[in-house]
Amino acid sequence: MSKTSTAARAVYIVDGSRTPFLKAQGKPGPFLASDLAVGAGRPLLLRQSFSPEQFDEVILGCIAPGPDEANIARIVALRLGCGDKVPAWTVQRNCASGMQAIDSAALDISSGRAELVLAGGTESMSHHPILLNQRMVAWLADWNRAKSFNARGRQLVALRPHHFQLIIALLRGLTDPLAGLSMGQTAEKLAWRFHIDRDAMDHFALRSHQRLTEATDNGRLGEIEPIFDNGGHLFETDDGLRRESTLEKLGKLKPAFDRPVGKVTAGNSAQITDGAAMLVLASEEAVKRHDLPVLGRIVDSHWSALDPSQMGLGPVHAMGQLLKKQNINSEEIDYWEINEAFAAQVLACQAAWQDSEYMQQEVGLDKLPAPIPDERLNVNGGAISIGHPVGASGARLVLHLLKTLKQNDAKRGIASLCIGGGQGGAMLLESAS
Amino acid sequence: MNRHLQLETDDQGIAWLRFDHADSAVNILSIEALQELDDILDELEVTLPKGLIILSDKKNGFIAGADVENFRSGMHRREAEEHIRWVHNLYQRMEDMPFPTLSLIHGFCLGGGLELALSCDYRVTRDDESTRLAFPEVRLGLFPGYGGSVRSIERIGALQAMKLMLSGRSLSGRQGKKMGLVDQAVPERQMRATAISFIENRPALRKASRFQQLLNSLPARHLLSPMFIKETAKHARPKHYPAPYALIDHWKAHGGDRGAMFDSEAAEVSRLLTGETAQNLIRVFFLQERMKSLGSHVQFRPQHLHVVGGGIMGGDIAAWCALKGMRVTLQDREAKYLTQAVERAHKLFKRKLRSKRLVSAAMDRLIPDPKGYGVNQADVAIEAIFEDLETKQKLFQSLESQLKPEAIMATNTSSIPLEDIAEGLNDPKRLIGLHFFNPVAKMQLVEVVRGAKTDPALIDKGAAFVRRIDRLPLPVKSSPGFLVNRILMPYLLEAMSLLDEGVPAPAIDRAAVEFGMPMGPVELADAVGLDICLAVAKKLAPLFDLTIPRKLENLVVEKKLLGKKTGQGFYRYEKGRLQREKVDSNYQPPADLADRMIFRLLNESVACLREGVVEDADLLDAGVIFGTGYAPFRGGPMHTIYSGGLEQQRHRLEVLEQRHGGKFHPDSGWTQLGEV
Repeated sequence: MSKTSTAARAVYIVDGSRTPFLKAQGKPGPFLASDLAVGAGRPLLLRQSFSPEQFDEVILGCIAPGPDEANIARIVALRLGCGDKVPAWTVQRNCASGMQAIDSAALDISSGRAELVLAGGTESMSHHPILLNQRMVAWLADWNRAKSFNARGRQLVALRPHHFQLIIALLRGLTDPLAGLSMGQTAEKLAWRFHIDRDAMDHFALRSHQRLTEATDNGRLGEIEPIFDNGGHLFETDDGLRRESTLEKLGKLKPAFDRPVGKVTAGNSAQITDGAAMLVLASEEAVKRHDLPVLGRIVDSHWSALDPSQMGLGPVHAMGQLLKKQNINSEEIDYWEINEAFAAQVLACQAAWQDSEYMQQEVGLDKLPAPIPDERLNVNGGAISIGHPVGASGARLVLHLLKTLKQNDAKRGIASLCIGGGQGGAMLLESAS
Repeated sequence: MNRHLQLETDDQGIAWLRFDHADSAVNILSIEALQELDDILDELEVTLPKGLIILSDKKNGFIAGADVENFRSGMHRREAEEHIRWVHNLYQRMEDMPFPTLSLIHGFCLGGGLELALSCDYRVTRDDESTRLAFPEVRLGLFPGYGGSVRSIERIGALQAMKLMLSGRSLSGRQGKKMGLVDQAVPERQMRATAISFIENRPALRKASRFQQLLNSLPARHLLSPMFIKETAKHARPKHYPAPYALIDHWKAHGGDRGAMFDSEAAEVSRLLTGETAQNLIRVFFLQERMKSLGSHVQFRPQHLHVVGGGIMGGDIAAWCALKGMRVTLQDREAKYLTQAVERAHKLFKRKLRSKRLVSAAMDRLIPDPKGYGVNQADVAIEAIFEDLETKQKLFQSLESQLKPEAIMATNTSSIPLEDIAEGLNDPKRLIGLHFFNPVAKMQLVEVVRGAKTDPALIDKGAAFVRRIDRLPLPVKSSPGFLVNRILMPYLLEAMSLLDEGVPAPAIDRAAVEFGMPMGPVELADAVGLDICLAVAKKLAPLFDLTIPRKLENLVVEKKLLGKKTGQGFYRYEKGRLQREKVDSNYQPPADLADRMIFRLLNESVACLREGVVEDADLLDAGVIFGTGYAPFRGGPMHTIYSGGLEQQRHRLEVLEQRHGGKFHPDSGWTQLGEV
């Protein structure tokens, strides 16, 4: 990707909200993906000084909208009262869909196509579908064609147990079809390559929960807006948080992917979660016209690709090349957000960042950057404790990083994700101060 | 040139009769319009087009019914019968046209309009929910008189037709199709093509099935009519509401004989029409129309409502307004106080809207807003928090600083004077009262309260808002209890005094119901909640010299029995159902039982009128009918006084005073009543 041209217009992030992230409980949760986006968007839009009809477009990231949510961005735009005349489109870049939505909005603003854009991501992983297999679909087609009593009888007799094997879309989605590995297995591969042991992973996971606990209790998560279901239940905080988690408890968990000897467990992996995050992006002109408060600015973003079986290292590529393109040193980054798909994967990213051979040969950086300090990385927890609603996480990271910069009076941050299929995305942000 | 009806013939020779009643928002069958129809039928009988299609040019519907103005008052029974026979003849000519005739229906198709449609060969309606087919006559103390009682039975059978006419229930186009009342329900885009294809193909006419016809036979009529009577008796007493019983008798006697049915319809409907019940109900209809027109002259189209207070009242007001299409933000101190309101709203939407899509849209419009983001977007803000003056004052000061200057600022208080709440506002003129009644989704009336300093123009805006949410506005002066609670309270307290005196609750309630109240006062008090009754009574007692009955205070304060919500009040409730105990069959209630309760209500009405709590006697009647359910067939309290004879009624009150003391002392307003 080329460097942002100097002629491009500045892109501001004005405000943002997210829902609490709700851990999937095995059965469909109370909210569809569009409900979640509406839940985050309604309070956000209410506190703006312009009306929802004044957006130029709405862009949402979502990997698996429900059957009644084709082009979910348009559905959400209409449900939020943007009116008939605001176009909307949905983007899909696996785990970085939410960041892709923000990047697409930023591009449209910087090129002058749009002034005011609502962008974000949403995912209801508890509603990911369960599908019939091809043999069953074929059988059903024949059944519909069979009209006579006899023909129907013959069809019934042809039914076999294998017809009833269901396809769980969520599991298939988390498996790389070309590499033949589940996402957890790609994390095992990184752990093996960079010598990351189980204990380090569990330590990392525990820290994530501890940091989220502290952030929740100290009111550092103001971006969360409560959501209500129709049955009178209220959701105010991320419910995947395990305050009582200990190393001992984490250590007892069985490996989830490379059984029985692997190291990656449910405890040191991101949670399967429902949630949404929505942001308002504006051009300089829109900021002036509507007198908008500004949270920060998108400086640039970068997308990279790599071997799908090592997709977890995507952030190293995207962040490295982004810094190089912007001619910024690693030390100049005040806060880092790297999505916690797996503890092993974030730890591998930190290790690779300090591996001169990897950085030179795989990323193309001649000079080894300064390390990513633990105390500046995912300071208020990450997907291991918060959860990882795949379409929404990218938008959450951008929003939360800006809030963190502001809370700490800091200037510059990078948000990054690894992307199933072998990609990485990174966004360089500047606080408004 | 016709003023209301235009006839055009297209290239294919089909005549299109377009109805667009002049000087009226809806199509009504005024005498003038019917006369034009008469002339047009003359013409059609000569020109003999290929077919006739009747349709409306009004956006809101086909025909809303006969012009009620035609039957207002002083009409002689013979005159009424002549009019009905004239329309019978008109509709018969429509039915007898030698070419196919069709009504093309959208929106309202009510009463006389539906009867006209039934005299056509075919009916095609739009298939959306806005199509409403109904015989609402029973609600005006009548039954269908333009041949409807004959033709509806012929088309869909006695069972379905009688149910429709007895209930006044409305049907959508699709429901009408299912029932056989209409031939086809189609989307708007297919209306014309469908109508033309009916005229060209002339399919067989709809008739009741053979089984349904069997239900119209003499033995079936004798078997069915007691069932209809039993069902009707659950809702209306024959003495109070004679119309449904007259309809059942009319059908039972003449069901098999078309000519006799028409004759009997003309005789019976004209008798009902000129009777007291129908005249009173027609009057109430006009009072309702008057309330509906309040605020219609102001340009105020509120889109966003902000409600502060997520309790029962605040939550239900928010839900109702979201149901009616407004965007609503609902605020309370913390998110957790809003969950029940959201849940109740969802139940209400599910009950009222049915379609999942519409329920979800309504839920999207209702926004729980614990942080109060909605205030500066709001066109109307309503406060419905607990009754504490200081808290309310602070709240309104903060609302005043955030609201748009043109937004309405209202309190739902029932007991704190507006003037006190407005203290401390920069602009005390801005505060009005919008007093809703519980349950919000059922009670049509909203008192629009004018404080001593309130800008009168805001009362009009308040009324316009109340109309926007499809409720009836009643402008009242800010004075304790406003109109409805104040008038209701002496009536309720008198009932409780009777309890103190040892009269059994069921006897008290029975007397009130026999008078025509929808529910007895003791049961009503239990339903409202005895704690609330006591609180209101305590506020009003020192002002209006009321005594609080011992039993009420005892139940609330000592026993903590608060009525239906706690399972026990004056009555006992099991799973929310009232357990009425049998009264000893030898028990003789006091002869003046009903009078004691009703006359306290009437006397208080006179006082309210004298004090100018409402503008005039008509609005008082309307307010009490729609706010308390006061027997509509009696036309309201002031009407009860006038129709019973001013002198006689006053005398009855004086007798009560001699017997029971000063609480029955006639208000000084009685002396001014004669001057009206």
